[in-house]
Amino acid sequence: VNESLPIMRIGDTLLVSLQGDLDDSTVMRIETRLTEEVARTHATGTLIDVSGLEVVDSFIARVIARVVGMVRLLGSEAAVVGIQPAVAITLVELGVPMGHLDTALNAEQGMALLARLRAADDTAD
Amino acid sequence: MTQLTEFTAKAAQPEEVVVSIATESDLIQVRQVLRAQADEAGLGLVDQTKLVTAGSELGRNILTHAKDSRGVMRVEQVRTQGRSGVRAEFTDEGPGIDDVDAALTDGYSTKGSLGLGLPGSKRLVDEFSIASAGGSPTTVVIIKWQR
Repeated sequence: VNESLPIMRIGDTLLVSLQGDLDDSTVMRIETRLTEEVARTHATGTLIDVSGLEVVDSFIARVIARVVGMVRLLGSEAAVVGIQPAVAITLVELGVPMGHLDTALNAEQGMALLARLRAADDTAD
Repeated sequence: MTQLTEFTAKAAQPEEVVVSIATESDLIQVRQVLRAQADEAGLGLVDQTKLVTAGSELGRNILTHAKDSRGVMRVEQVRTQGRSGVRAEFTDEGPGIDDVDAALTDGYSTKGSLGLGLPGSKRLVDEFSIASAGGSPTTVVIIKWQR
C-alpha cells in the first residue's frame, strides 16, 4: 500500500492530493498524517484535492467530510477541490450528504475560496 | 484461423469473473473488475462510475453484515435487444436481512452507518433485485445497461 501522501505547502495553505484506488486503511492513515501536518505547520487553510479519485463511495465520502471537520477543529479553513463530474453525479444519486462542505472546481479556485473564508472569519472576529 | 477459433470459444462460453470478498482490500478488486467489465460493455464514464460505486457499496455491505464478513461477487456481460450491459451478483452466507423493506429505506442502518448502501446502490443501477430472509444467505443482483 502506498505510504506516501503528497502534501504540498503553499504559503499558509496545505494542499493534499488523494489519488488512485484508496483502501480503508490508507484513508485512515491520510486522516492521521494530514491532521498532524496541519498542527505542525499552523496552516490556516487546507485544500483536499480529490481530482485523482475516479470513485468515491459512501465510506470514502464520509472520510473526506470527517477530515474537513478535523481540520476545521484545528482552526484551519478547509475545502474539497476537483471532484470529478461523474463522481459528483454519482454522489448526489447515492444520497451522500456533501452540501455542507466548501468546494471548488480546482485548486486555484480553492485558494481563492480559502482567502474569502479567512476574510469572513476576520470580519466575524 | 486462430482468431476464428478464439472468437467462437468466447461466444459459446461467456466469461464470468468471480471475486471473493473477505477483506477491505478485496473492495479494490471489486471496483477494478467492475470498471473493466463496464468499459468492455461500452458503458459511458458516468454509468461506469455509478456501477463501480454501487458495487463498492454492496461489497462493503458484505464486509459489514455477512457471516464471517465473507461473500462473493460474480460479474458477467449481458445483452438484450442489441444493448450490452454488466450484471453483478453479490452473495453471502447469511445471516440474512430480517426486514428487506426497511433495509431498502434511506437512512436505515443497524450498524451506525449512513444507511445508504442498499437504497443508494439501487438508485445507481438500472436493475436491482434482492433475495434474503432472516437466517438465510442474501443475494443482490444489479445490472447496468449501455445507454
